[in-house]
Amino acid sequence: MIKNISNLGDAAIYCDFGSDVNEVINSNVTDYFNHITDLVKQEKILGITNLTPSYNKLIISFDLSVIDFLKLKKIIENLDIKKHIKKNNQKIKIPVCCDDEYGLDFERLSNKFNLSKDEILDFFFDKEYFCYMTGFIAGMPFLGDLDKKIRINRLDTPRVKVPEGSVGITEQFANIYTFESPGGWNIIGNTPKKVFHKLNLLDPALIKPGDKVIFYQISKEEYLEFND
Amino acid sequence: MTNPYFEILRPGINTTIQDSGRNYLYHIGITVSGAIDQRNYKLANCLVNNKLNEAIIEFAYQGPLLRLNNGNINFAITGDIFFNIIKNNSEVVEGKCYQNYILKEGEQIDIISTKKSAYGYLAISGGFQLKETWKSYSINTKAQIGPNNGKKYSVNEKIFIKNSILKNSKNKKINYKNPLNNIIRVLKGTNFDYFSKEAKDIFFNQSYSVTRMVDRMGMRLEGSNLENIVNTNIKSEGLIRGVIQVPADGKPIILLSDHGTIGGYPKIAVVISADLDKVAQFTPGTTIQFKEVNLDEAEKLFKDYTIETDNYLNECS
Repeated sequence: MIKNISNLGDAAIYCDFGSDVNEVINSNVTDYFNHITDLVKQEKILGITNLTPSYNKLIISFDLSVIDFLKLKKIIENLDIKKHIKKNNQKIKIPVCCDDEYGLDFERLSNKFNLSKDEILDFFFDKEYFCYMTGFIAGMPFLGDLDKKIRINRLDTPRVKVPEGSVGITEQFANIYTFESPGGWNIIGNTPKKVFHKLNLLDPALIKPGDKVIFYQISKEEYLEFND
Repeated sequence: MTNPYFEILRPGINTTIQDSGRNYLYHIGITVSGAIDQRNYKLANCLVNNKLNEAIIEFAYQGPLLRLNNGNINFAITGDIFFNIIKNNSEVVEGKCYQNYILKEGEQIDIISTKKSAYGYLAISGGFQLKETWKSYSINTKAQIGPNNGKKYSVNEKIFIKNSILKNSKNKKINYKNPLNNIIRVLKGTNFDYFSKEAKDIFFNQSYSVTRMVDRMGMRLEGSNLENIVNTNIKSEGLIRGVIQVPADGKPIILLSDHGTIGGYPKIAVVISADLDKVAQFTPGTTIQFKEVNLDEAEKLFKDYTIETDNYLNECS
């Protein structure tokens, strides 16, 4: 549950669920997010303009001309949150081609982990991942947790352009670059699957917090022929 | 018969459509966008009798050169802007901000540049003919969302205007001066105590200057480094407009309307809502100073800002 509520500026509430990053804490965040989103849709709370769940925080932005921090804090503190409303919980399969032209950082990773490329891939694909949050750029999922043997920091100097579809790893997390973007994650492959559909207005992000993701490896031929 | 439209003879540096912004999408990584200076945006709409949340053209530094085809319109420009109206007989009339003008078929608006600010607004009576994306007309160039396929405008493109009967509306004016002081009032951020005592003193007592690294996403500042004594990274979490982050290099960055929705740099402070319009208008080289206020003061200052905005809006309606 929420450990501490404070203000972030004069028009947002900062809910801290604890310092750890794990599925239990993140599910608490998601429960609050889902519950408050429903109340906003039903117009039972007025003035909220955005909700941003992350690993262990929830930030609630509001319109200061409608409501203020103390009033909204009181409402949040008195919510009766139903646990684990398993709304999102799809299992999504993501094909990844790890040929060297897509997996840009294997040399660095092999040196760092003292593992061959195949060994790294075995650790990476042998897992079901949990989506903690989406964001930074539209629809980018933050997935965890990577096997302890393949955890690494961001690049010292981020790339100016990471290609769209790139699958990256950093610390205990994997992500997918939904757009070409600057970025510092270690790139191990590329997916031909579209993870963000801007034309799908009702449901643009394929992967949502709480979802499970299974990556599977494909060849370059399969990559090129992939039809979404 | 086709609608009246602007033909873009020169696009300007960063010409987009903006409105009051796009809400409820932070959780999938889509930022708020919207006019970066909300007061000037509203004043522009008010001057041409529009709803205050009608979509308008936002430009930065050098604005567009636009020719009107297929009809006559009523327009107004707000900000601190140098612009001309080029008549059909090639006569050039110097335009004034904060008043409305009639523009006839074939005439041009030449938005030459902003003066001591970064952004300006062009509103058209009746508004533009555009398609909405997630209840907003704002162009988000990062995620390529909004009118014009989410891109800033290029030469020869057209911006269509809604068909509206040109009313012989009386000349409207607002006597408005853009704020000139460079003091930014802030609340302490959630990671304020990550910084050394010296860093806190520097932040509030020394000045910073705006670098050239400034756009609709954010504004990088130059000044004394702020020493972080806890951790230069935090677990990635949500961001909002006005957050001042400090990455490992110790230089603060103020987040603006197109900021990324999630980030992992410590937040030293947050700009109060009343000062967001002002911050966005600073140009590279401007010297700024941060001043701490508490939450009560910030809320009071926002009320004052709202009342002041309403007074200007009343002046023109």
